[in-house]
Amino acid sequence: MARQPDGPPPPPTVQKLRLRYTKRGPLRFASHRDLARALERALRRAQVPMAFSAGFSPHPKISYMGAAPTGAASEAEYVEIGLSARCDPEAVRVALDASLPPGIDVLECVEAGEGTGGLAERLDATRWRIDLAGVDPAELGDAVAALLAADVVTVAKKTKNGPRDIDARAAVVSASVSEGAGCAILHVVVRQLTPTVRPDDVLAALAAVADLHPPLPPRAVREAQGRLDDSGEVADPLAQDREAGSRCQGEPQPV
Amino acid sequence: MTVESLYPRLEPLLAQVQKPIQYVGGELNAQTKPWDDVAVHWALMYPDAYEVGLPNQGLMILYEVLNERADALAERTYAVWPDLAGLMRANGVGQFTLENHRPVHDFDFLGVSFATELGYTNLLDALDLAGVPLHAVDRDESHPVVVAGGHAAFNPEPVSDFVDCAVLGDGEQVVGDMTDVHSAWTAAGRPGGRTELLARLSRVEGVYVPQFYAVSYLPDGTIAAFTPTRDDVPTTIAKRTVMDLDEWPYPKQPLVPLAESVHERMSVEIFRGCTRGCRFCQAGMITRPVRERTITGIGSMVDAGLKATGYEEVGLLSLSSADHSEIGQLAKELADRYEGTNTGLSLPSTRVDAFNVTLANELSRNGRRSGLTFAPEGGSERIRRVINKTVSKEDLVRTVTTAYANGWRQVKLYFMCGLPTETDEDVLEIAELAVEVIRAGREAAGNKDIRCTVSIGGFVPKPHTPFQWASQASAETIDHRLRVLRDAINADRRIGRSIGLRYHDGKPGVIEGLLSRGDRRVGRVIERVWRDGGHFDGWSEHFSYDRWATAAAEELAPFGVDLAWYTTRERGEHEVLPWDHLESGLDKEWLWDDWQEALNEDEVADCRWTPCYDCGVCPTMGTEIQIGPTGRSLIPLTPIGAGPRPGVTAQVDVDVEASVADPVHTH
Repeated sequence: MARQPDGPPPPPTVQKLRLRYTKRGPLRFASHRDLARALERALRRAQVPMAFSAGFSPHPKISYMGAAPTGAASEAEYVEIGLSARCDPEAVRVALDASLPPGIDVLECVEAGEGTGGLAERLDATRWRIDLAGVDPAELGDAVAALLAADVVTVAKKTKNGPRDIDARAAVVSASVSEGAGCAILHVVVRQLTPTVRPDDVLAALAAVADLHPPLPPRAVREAQGRLDDSGEVADPLAQDREAGSRCQGEPQPV
Repeated sequence: MTVESLYPRLEPLLAQVQKPIQYVGGELNAQTKPWDDVAVHWALMYPDAYEVGLPNQGLMILYEVLNERADALAERTYAVWPDLAGLMRANGVGQFTLENHRPVHDFDFLGVSFATELGYTNLLDALDLAGVPLHAVDRDESHPVVVAGGHAAFNPEPVSDFVDCAVLGDGEQVVGDMTDVHSAWTAAGRPGGRTELLARLSRVEGVYVPQFYAVSYLPDGTIAAFTPTRDDVPTTIAKRTVMDLDEWPYPKQPLVPLAESVHERMSVEIFRGCTRGCRFCQAGMITRPVRERTITGIGSMVDAGLKATGYEEVGLLSLSSADHSEIGQLAKELADRYEGTNTGLSLPSTRVDAFNVTLANELSRNGRRSGLTFAPEGGSERIRRVINKTVSKEDLVRTVTTAYANGWRQVKLYFMCGLPTETDEDVLEIAELAVEVIRAGREAAGNKDIRCTVSIGGFVPKPHTPFQWASQASAETIDHRLRVLRDAINADRRIGRSIGLRYHDGKPGVIEGLLSRGDRRVGRVIERVWRDGGHFDGWSEHFSYDRWATAAAEELAPFGVDLAWYTTRERGEHEVLPWDHLESGLDKEWLWDDWQEALNEDEVADCRWTPCYDCGVCPTMGTEIQIGPTGRSLIPLTPIGAGPRPGVTAQVDVDVEASVADPVHTH
C-alpha cells in the first residue's frame, strides 16, 4: 500500500467548467506547457476554488486537450477545470480573463453538461487559416488542387524520436484559398489523427506535391476546433453543454 | 526622440528558434512607460539565458525602484541564445528589451548584474548585438553608459575595458543617484560630453569609473599601484549599504514569466548580509552587516507577493535563513496563515542544525514536501575548522537522521573540494559521512526508501575574503579528489545505491578563478575568447576550456604571466591586489589575520551573539547590525488560495466590475 499523507482527503470536485480561450499576438509563441503554467497561476490569482488531486503532490484538477503548436495562434483552445465549490461560469470567465495576460483571452466558460460525455472526444478536427506572405494566391490554388488530387502525400515529421514519415493527405478534409493583403490565405480543415498533422506538415505536403516554398515564415491561426459534422464543417464543441445547461439547470447557486 | 520597436522585424525570426516565448515579453507585472515621458532610460540586463535571469531578485528590485520614479523607466534584456543571435546579426536586428522591444543601443544606461564572472563573454555578445562599441573609450554620447553591478563587480578589473562604471554594494539607492546625475547633465545641455558625465558619476558614492585610474606593474608581474588620472575622482571607492530593509519591500510585484524558469517560486529576502564568517564565502563578506527585515515586514511581502503572482511556493531567502532572530515564530505563523491553501514555504540550503529540521517541518505543513538541503561544505571536522563552518560529525549524522525520521525522503548535502590545506583524506570523509547517514537514516525511517545526494563543487578563491591570498587547487587535483570520492562511495553498492553524487570537472573552476582574481590584463583574454566564439560559459555545452586556455596563454604571454599565475599561485601579505582600491569595508589586516587563523584551524564566532571581532565593516561604512526580535507577530488575514470560503462569489463580482470599467486585453 502506497504511503498516504496524514489528514483528510482534499474536497471533491463538485462542478466542472469547460473553457474556450485564445492564443493571440506575441503569445502565439507560448508552448502548451507555458500556457498551462500561466493558467494555473491565473486561477490562483483569480481565487477560483479549484479541486485538487490527493497525495503528497496535490495538483489542481485541470484537463488540457489538443493544444495548438508553439508559434501557431489560436481562437479555439479548450480546457476543463474541476472546482471544489460551485461558481457562476460567467463570473469565473470574467475573473480568469482579467487575471490572464493580454493575448490569452477567455472567450467562453460553460458548465459541463451531465451525460454529454467528455470534451476531448468532441475535438477531432481543426479549421486552420494560414497566411502565406509573398505567395501568389493562384500558385497556392494550384498547389492545393494538386494536394487534394493526391491519394497519399508522405512528409517527414520531426518527432522526439527523430524524423518520421507520415501521410499528411489523409488528415486533410478540405482546403481552399483566398487572397489577403500581400499574401495568399490557405483555409484548411484537418482531422486530428495520431500523430497530429500540423500546419507545418500541410505546408510540407504542398512543397512535396507542387514545390511551393513560401519566402517568409507562415502564420497559422486555429480558427475553430471541434467535431466534424456531416457537411465537413467543424462544430462548436461546447454546444451540447450549453443545451444541457439551459434544459435542466436553474440559476447557478452562489457559494 | 522616437524609438521604434524592433518587434516587427524580430517576429519572423522567432518562428525559427528554440523557446521563442522567452523573447516576447508580456510577463505578469512587467511595466511599460512611454519613452518620451521620462528623462532617463535604463536597460537592465542579466547576462545569462532568460530562464536563469528572469527570477534574479536584484534585477527585479532595481526594475521596480527605477520604474517608481516619475523621471525614469527601466526595461529588461537577457542574453540571446546563439540560434536567434545568428538570425539577428544576419537581419540587422539589435539587442532589444522585452517590454517594448526597444533597441538597447538607445538607452541612457545599460546596467548589467554579474552574479558570476562566467557572464562576461555574454556582456560582450550583448554589446556587439546592440551596436555599442566593446571598449568604453570608443563610446560617445549616443551610447549607453555601461554599468556593472552584482557581487562580481567587487573586482571588475577584468571587464574594466568594457564597462564605463562598476557599482559596489546595494543598488537600491545608487541607481537613483546615478539617474539624478544623468538627468542634471542632460538638462544642462550635456556639458563636457561623455567624459564629464562619467566624471560626475565617479563622484557618486559606490560608483567606480575604471578609465579614470591607471595601473602600473612591478617586474614580477604584480601590481605596483593604482593611480587616479584625474584629481576630481576618489582614490578609493566604498560600497553602498541600504539600512532598514523594511523601507525597501522590493520586489512588490515579482515578475511571473510564461516561460519556464529555474525558480518556479517567488522569493522574499528575509535579511541581507551574514556574519557567520565562513571564510570561502564572498557573499557573506561583502554584504555585511546583517540587516533583518522584521517578521511583520516579511509577512506583508509574502501576502502581497502571492496575491500579485499566483505562485504556489515562497522561498524565504538570505545567506543563512535559519539565523533570522524571529525565524521560529515566522515559520509557525506563516504556516498557520497558509494552512489549507496548498502554499509551500521553503528555505534555501541551511546550516547543519537539528533546529533547521524542525523549521522545515513547520514550513512544509501546507505545501509539497520536497527534499531538505544542508551545506556542511567541508568533508572533515578539520577542514570545517579551516573554513570556519564548524559542525561535528556526530551532529551532522544526528541532524540528517532526524530529517529522515521526520518523513523527509531526500536529503541533499553540499560540499566543496579544493579548499585550502585540503588533502584526499578530508574529501574521503564525505564518503564515510554519506554512508553513515544512509545507515542511520534507514534505521530511523524504518525502510530503505531514503536517498542522500552529495553535491560537490570545486572551490574558487574570491576577492574580499580571507582566502583571497590562497592557492587555488588545480583542475587535476579537483578531478583526482572527485574520482577517489566516487570510488569510495561506490565501494559498497548496498549503501552506495542510495547515495547520489553530483559534481562537475575542475576545469570551469579554473577559468572562474582567473576571472575572479584577475586584473585588467585579463580583459584581453575575455575579448579573445569572445572573438573566437565563446559565450554562455556557465553552460557546459558552450563552455570550452581549451578556448580559454589558448586565449590565456597567448594574450597573457606578453605580460610574463599565465593562467597558473592567476589561479594556483599563493599571494603574499603585501601584494597589491587588483581590488585593493575597492572597499567592502573589511579591514585588509583583519582579513590577513583571519587567513592565518584558518591555516591554524582556529575558529571565529558570529558577532551577532559574541563581541565584535573588528572585521572593520561597521565603523568604516557607518553601519550597524540590525536584528530583532521585534516582539511583533503576524495578524490573521485571509490569504490567497484560502478557498472555498463565503466570499467567493463576492470576490468574483468585484473582478467583474473591474473588468467592465477597465476593458483589458486591448493593447
